[in-house]
Amino acid sequence: MSTPKVRISIMDKRYEVPQGLTILTAYEYAGYQLVRGVGCRGGVCGACATVYRLEGDSRRRACLACQTEVQPGMNLAPIPSYPTNRPAYDVATIGDARRAVVNAFPEVQRCLGCNACNKICPHSIDVMGYVAAIIAGDLEKASDLSFECILCGMCATTCPAEISQPNAALLARRVYARHLVLGSENVQKRTAELRAGTYTADLQKLASSSVDELKKLYAAREVKR
Amino acid sequence: MSYPPEMQRSIDRVNASRAERVKQNVPRLSAEGKKALLESYHPDYRSSGMRAIRVGPNRGDRAVNEFVDILEAHPRLSPERIDLSQIDHDVDVLVIGGGGGGSTAALLAHDAGARVLLVNKLRHGDSNTIMAEGGIAAATEPDDTPMLHYLDTMGGGQYKNIPELVMTLVTEAPVVVEWLESLGVMFDKIPGTTSILTHTPGGHCRKRSHSCRDLTGLELMRVLRDQIRSRPIEVVEFRPAVELLLDEGGRCAGAVLLDLDTKQYVVVRAKTTILATGGMGRLHPQQFPTSNHYGATADGLVIAYRAGARLTDMDAVQYHPTGVAWPEQMLGLLITEALRAHNVQLANVDGARFINELETRDCVSSAIIRECTERGKGCATPTGMQGVWLDTPLVDQLGYPGKMEKQFTGIYKRFREYGIDCTREPILMFPTQHYQNGGLLTDGESRTNIPGLYAAGEVGGGVHGRNRLGANSLVDIFVFGRRAGLHAAHSAKEVQLGRLTLDHVLRHEEQLASAGIETDRTSPLVLPDYTRPETRFRRVG
Repeated sequence: MSTPKVRISIMDKRYEVPQGLTILTAYEYAGYQLVRGVGCRGGVCGACATVYRLEGDSRRRACLACQTEVQPGMNLAPIPSYPTNRPAYDVATIGDARRAVVNAFPEVQRCLGCNACNKICPHSIDVMGYVAAIIAGDLEKASDLSFECILCGMCATTCPAEISQPNAALLARRVYARHLVLGSENVQKRTAELRAGTYTADLQKLASSSVDELKKLYAAREVKR
Repeated sequence: MSYPPEMQRSIDRVNASRAERVKQNVPRLSAEGKKALLESYHPDYRSSGMRAIRVGPNRGDRAVNEFVDILEAHPRLSPERIDLSQIDHDVDVLVIGGGGGGSTAALLAHDAGARVLLVNKLRHGDSNTIMAEGGIAAATEPDDTPMLHYLDTMGGGQYKNIPELVMTLVTEAPVVVEWLESLGVMFDKIPGTTSILTHTPGGHCRKRSHSCRDLTGLELMRVLRDQIRSRPIEVVEFRPAVELLLDEGGRCAGAVLLDLDTKQYVVVRAKTTILATGGMGRLHPQQFPTSNHYGATADGLVIAYRAGARLTDMDAVQYHPTGVAWPEQMLGLLITEALRAHNVQLANVDGARFINELETRDCVSSAIIRECTERGKGCATPTGMQGVWLDTPLVDQLGYPGKMEKQFTGIYKRFREYGIDCTREPILMFPTQHYQNGGLLTDGESRTNIPGLYAAGEVGGGVHGRNRLGANSLVDIFVFGRRAGLHAAHSAKEVQLGRLTLDHVLRHEEQLASAGIETDRTSPLVLPDYTRPETRFRRVG
C-alpha cells in the first residue's frame, strides 16, 4: 500500500512527498533535520511560519508549517527569523497607560489600513483591527483582538508602514493587564495571610505527618466540583 | 465531516448515549482500585520498557530504556578538543534553558544584582512552558487552603513526593500568581469582579487552576520574555549546553555550549549555574507519541549526571490521558485537562464511560490503555491506532453556545483545519508522553548535590512524586525558578572559582569502559532526528 505522492518545492527545489504530511513533516521527509523554523510542533510558538505560492497562482500565502497539509504545487520558503522593532520600556513605570503603546511604537499611527497584515496572518487575527484599537487608546479591545497572537511576525514582513505589530500588541496586553485591570483581591488576601504566617503551623504539621496519616486525610477531604 | 465511516459509526453511538451519560455518576476509585489499575496498565510497570542504569551516581536504578541509552553514551564533543583557557563569557549566573523556569530564574537573579547569561538551544521561550494550555495551580479561592493543595499534590504523587519541596510549592504558589499579575499577565477574569476564573483539574479538590484562555503557557512565556528584554540580561539563542564545567574543587563552574549555526564550541565560566532544560518527551519513552516541544531531549539531565548530579524517580513518566489519536497529523498533541474540568466526558467505542474523568492522570491514562487493549473497546483509526472519545460537544451543551470556540479557541481551530468541528463531534484520544515526574534531586533552594549547580522546573525531581497533578507544573517552574535565581545570585557573591576542567567527562568514559558498555551513541542528543532511515543511511559528514 503506497500513499499517493504530492509534488512540492522547498526553496525552489523540487521534491515528491506523501500526501497528508504537514509541511513540517514534509521537510523532514525530504531529508532536513530541522534546526531553525521548528518549535512546539503544535501551533502555538510561531517558529515555523512559512510563505508559499501555489503554481500558477499570483497570490502569496503564509501558514504555520506544523499545522498545514502539503498541497500539490506549493513552493515553500520558511521564515525562521525576521527583524522587528522593540523599544526599551519597563511596563511597571510606563506612565500614561492609554497612550503608552502609541508612545513606545509611534509608527502604529502610520497604518495605511491596507489590510495586508490581516491577509497574511496564518492565525486569522484581526491585526489591522488591533492596530486601530491601539491608536484609539482602546487597550482592552487591542488585547482581546490580539490575544491569540503567536508572534510569528508574518504581519511585520508585509506591512508597508513598517510596523512591528506583534510587539506593539504584546505591550498593549501587558499595559492593559498591569494598569487597567485590578489585581485579584482573593490572591492578595491569600498572599497577605501567607506573609503573616497564618498557615505555617498547619503546613508544618502536615509535612511531618506519616504517609498513613496523609492517606486518611486525603480520603476524608471533601472534593468540591 | 472528515471522519472515515467506521469511526463515524462509533461517533453515532457516542451521540446516542450522551443524554443518559451526562446524568451518570461514575464513582471515584478506592486506594486499592487505583493501585490495581496502575500496576496492570500503567507503562511505568512494563518491565520490558525499563532497565537498570550501569554507570554514575544512580547505578542500579531503573529508568526507561530510551533515557538509559543516552546516559550510557559517549560525549558529543571530545574533552581533549576543548581549550578551556579561552573563555567566551564570564558571568555570575549562567541559566541554561529559557522556558518558564529558566526565564524566571534569570529575572530573579538579575533582580538580586547578578550579571546573568541566559542560553537557549533554540529561540528564547521555545519550551514546554509555551505549550501549556490549562493553567497554574494556587490555593487562592476563599474555600481553599495551602494544606488542601499539599494533600492533593502528595496524594497525586502516590506520597512519594519530597515533603519539603511540596510545602514550598503550595506556600509560594499564590505569591507567584500575584507576581505574574504584576508583570501584566492577562488571566481570565470573572466579569465585573477582580477575581481570576479558576477551575479544577484532575486530582485537585478545589477550584485552583488559573488560566489565560487555553493558551496559558503562551501568555506567560511571551510576558516573561518581554520582561527579560526590558533588562540588561544577555540572551543567547541556538547555543545549547553540551557539557557542564567543574572547577578543580568539584564546584560547577559554567558550561560548554555548541553553536548550532557555526558548529563552534563556546566556553562559559559562571560562578553559579542553573539548569532549566526541561524534560525528555522527544526521546519517545516506550515509543509513545509526545506532547513535548521539539527541544525536549533531556540534555540537562545527561550533562548534569556526567558531572555527578543525582537523579530521582526517573522510572516515573507521565502519560497524559488526552493526546490526539486522530487526525494523524496531530498525533500526540495535548488536549487540555481543563476540558474534563468543565465536565467533558470520555467514552469508549460503544459510547460508554469507563472511568471518572477527574481521577489523576496516571489512573485515567491506565484506564484508557485498558479500554484499548484488554477490553477491546477502543475505536480504531485507519492508521491502526486505537483511541477513546473525548466528548467535546458537551462544552457548549453544558455551558453556553459558543463556549468551546471562545474558551478553547486553540483546540477548536486546530481541529477545524482538518475538517473536524469539535463542537458537534467528539475527538479521539490516546495517552501521550507529557511529563517527566522525576529528575535532578534538589533541596528547597533548588540546589543539586553539585555545589554551584541548581535545577528548576521539569529537569528537577521530587516535587511531584510519581505523578504530577495538572496545573502543578506551571507553578513549579515559577516557584523553583524564583528560588534558584535568588539563591544562585546571592551565593555567586561568595564564590572563588578554581581552574576549569572537563575531567568528569573523562571519568564518565572510564566508567563506560569498566562497565563493558560498547556503543557508538553520543549525547546529549540536542535535537531529535525525524528524517527517514534511508536519508540517515546516505548522509555524509
